Amino acid sequence: MQTNTTLQEQRKAPLKRNDPPAVQAILILLTLLFFAIFIFMPLGLVFAEGLRKGVAVYLEAIREPFALSAVKLTLITAAIVVPLNAVFGVTAAWAISKFSFKGKTLLVSLLDLPFAVSPVIAGLIFVLLLGTRTGFGSWLGDHGIKIIFSTPGIVIATLFVTFPFVARELIPLMEAQGREEEEAAITLGARGWQVFSRITLPNIRWGLMYGMILCMARSIGEFGAVSVVSGHIRGMTNTIPLHVEILYSEYNYTASFAVSTILVFLALVTIAIKSLMEKNVHNHQPTQH
Amino acid sequence: MSIDIKNLTKRYPGYTALDDITLNVQKGELVALLGPSGCGKTTLLRIIAGLETADSGSVILEERDTTNLPAREKNVGFVFQHYALFRRLNVFENVAFGLRVRPSSSRPSKSEIRDRVEHLLKLVQMDWAIKRYPSQLSGGQRQRVALARALAVNPKVLLLDEPFSALDAKVRQELRRWLRKLHDDIHVTSIFVTHDQEEALELADRIVVINKGKIEQQGAPQEVYDHPANAFVYNFLGNVNVFHGRVKDGKVLVGDQLIEAGHASGLPEASDGQAFIRPHEIGVSRIRSGENDLAGIIREIRLMGGQIGLELETAAFDKPIEAEIPRDIWRNLQLSKGDEVFITLDRVKVFTGDYEI
Ligand SMILES: Nc1ncnc2c1ncn2[C@@H]1O[C@H](COP(=O)(O)OP(=O)(O)OP(=O)(O)O)[C@@H](O)[C@H]1O
Ligand SMILES: [Mg+2]
Repeated sequence: MQTNTTLQEQRKAPLKRNDPPAVQAILILLTLLFFAIFIFMPLGLVFAEGLRKGVAVYLEAIREPFALSAVKLTLITAAIVVPLNAVFGVTAAWAISKFSFKGKTLLVSLLDLPFAVSPVIAGLIFVLLLGTRTGFGSWLGDHGIKIIFSTPGIVIATLFVTFPFVARELIPLMEAQGREEEEAAITLGARGWQVFSRITLPNIRWGLMYGMILCMARSIGEFGAVSVVSGHIRGMTNTIPLHVEILYSEYNYTASFAVSTILVFLALVTIAIKSLMEKNVHNHQPTQH
Repeated sequence: MSIDIKNLTKRYPGYTALDDITLNVQKGELVALLGPSGCGKTTLLRIIAGLETADSGSVILEERDTTNLPAREKNVGFVFQHYALFRRLNVFENVAFGLRVRPSSSRPSKSEIRDRVEHLLKLVQMDWAIKRYPSQLSGGQRQRVALARALAVNPKVLLLDEPFSALDAKVRQELRRWLRKLHDDIHVTSIFVTHDQEEALELADRIVVINKGKIEQQGAPQEVYDHPANAFVYNFLGNVNVFHGRVKDGKVLVGDQLIEAGHASGLPEASDGQAFIRPHEIGVSRIRSGENDLAGIIREIRLMGGQIGLELETAAFDKPIEAEIPRDIWRNLQLSKGDEVFITLDRVKVFTGDYEI
C-alpha cells in the first residue's frame, strides 16, 4: 500500500540515465510485453467474449433482471461498506497513531487479520457466528432477523475483508504528521470536533480518499467471503462476481463475460478516480519541513 | 498575568522528568528556562499549557488554580519547537484560527478578525505573506507566523519552546532581538525554553537553570552568570577549564599545584574540590606578574572571531588549559606556537562535591 508521499515521489520526473539505447529499448519492450500479455489481452478478451454473439445478446445479458439485481446488490453493499469502513478506519488510525495504550501492538497486528486470513474462512466465521446453528443466530432468526444468506450477511462479510484498507493507509500518514498541529489547535481554544474537522480531516483527506477507493474496489470484487455467506439465491443474494461465477458454471460463457465487463468497467472507473486524485495530491499537497 | 508553579512533579515509567519544581513568574516578565537536552523543559511548558498532566503539584495563573483545567480553557499561547503551523491553511487562516473557533457568542465579526490578523502579521513583519502556505515559508518566517497565531487569542501567558533552535546563527540573533523588542512592546508574561546560554543571557529578565528535572538556580542573567550557585550552573553557562583536586588550607590542590580558592573560602578541609575558570578570565603574559603564576607553553593558536584561543601546556596539570585573549593583546605580545608564557589563574571559582552533566 502506498502513502501520499510515495505517490508524490512516483510522479517526479524520471532520472536521466545514460544506459545504452539497446538496454532502454529492451526494458521498455519487456514492460509493454508484460502489460500486453497480462493486462490488455485479458481485458480485451473479456469484452471480445462478451460481445461474441453480437451487441443484442450482450445487452440482453446485462439487462436481464438477475444481472440487474446483482449490480444493485453490489452497489448497495459498496455504498454501505465504504462509508462505514471510512469511519472505522479513521477511528482506528486515530487511536493507534495518536494515543499510546495497552495492547496497541496487538491491535495493530490484528488489523491485518482480514488480509491474512483466507476470505473463505472469513465467510465461514460469520456463518458459524450468525447462522442458525448458534444460540445467537437462532435468537436472531426467532426475531425475524436474517443475516446469513441475505444482504446483511454480505455487508458484514465485505466489511470484514475490506476493513484494513483505510486504517492501513492512514496510520503511517497520521504517525508522520504527529500530534502537534492538533495540540496547537487545542491551545488556541478549539474543541474536539473543531480540531477534527478543521485540522485532522483536511490533513488526511487524500490518504482517506485513497483508502476508500481501495476499499471500494475490493468490496465490489470480493468473491470468497461473500460466496460463503450469500447462499447464491438468484435475484436476491447474488453480487456481480457471484453472478458471473454462476453463469460461467452453467456454461453460459457469453453472458458470463458480458456481466464481467461491468466489473471491468467499475474497476476502470476506480482507477480513473485514483489517478485523478494522485494528480490532485501532486499538485495541491503542500508539505511542511 | 503571573505564573505560580508549586511543587510540580512528573514521572514517566522509570524516569522523573520534573522533580518538585517551584517557580514564580511575575506579570510581564520574560523568563528563560535553560538546561541540557532531556532535563524536562518541554515537559514543564506542556504542563503549564495543560497539554500534559502533572503527577502532583499545581499551576496557578493569576491566583486561579488551573492545574486541572483543559488546555482549551487555559488561554495560554504556545509556540512549538517545530512551529506546528496548520499545513492546509494559509498564513492568514493560521493566525485567524483561534478567533474562528470561538463560540459564536464571543466570536469577533469577520471584519474584526481580518483587522486583528492583519495587525498581528504587521507586528511580526509577515503581512506580505498573507496568502502563502506554511510550506512556502522559511523557518524564521514560520516562526513569526506561529508567534502571531499564538498572540491572536490574546493569551495571558506565552510559552515558547526553543523558538530559535532550528534557525541559523544570524537569523537567530536577529529574531532574538526582535522578540525582546516585541516583548517590551506588548508585555505578555512569557517563558521561553532554550539550551543556548547566550540566548538566555541576552534575552531574558530572569533565567532559570534546570538540570535533571530540578531547578539548580534562578535569578537575573548577570547575577547567575557572575555568581553561579554550583558547579553545574557554572559549567553550563559557558566554556570552562576544570581542575579536579582536594581542598587544603582554603585552596585547592590539583596535582602538586595549589590554586587560590578566591572568594569561596570556608571550604571543608580535604573534601573533593573542583576549580573552574573561564577561558577569557585567564591572564596570559610574557613576564611573571605574581607569585601564583604558572609557566606554560603555547601548543595551539586558534582564531575565534574577535578573540584568540590558546591551548597552554603546563607542568602542573596533565590537561592543557584553554585561554582566550583579545586579538590586540595577542598582537602586542607577538605570541606564536611554542612560546613560553606566564598564566594567571587568580579568578578561579571553587565548588566542592561531585557533579555530572
Ligand atoms: N512520553 C514520554 N514517555 C517517557 N519519557 C518521556 C516522555 N516524554 C518525555 N520523556 C522523558 O522526559 C525527559 C524530559 O523530556 P523533555 O522533552 O521535557 O526534555 P527537554 O528538556 O525539553 O529536552 P530538549 O532540550 O532535548 O528538548 C526526557 O528524558 C525524556 O526522555
Ligand atoms: Mg524540548
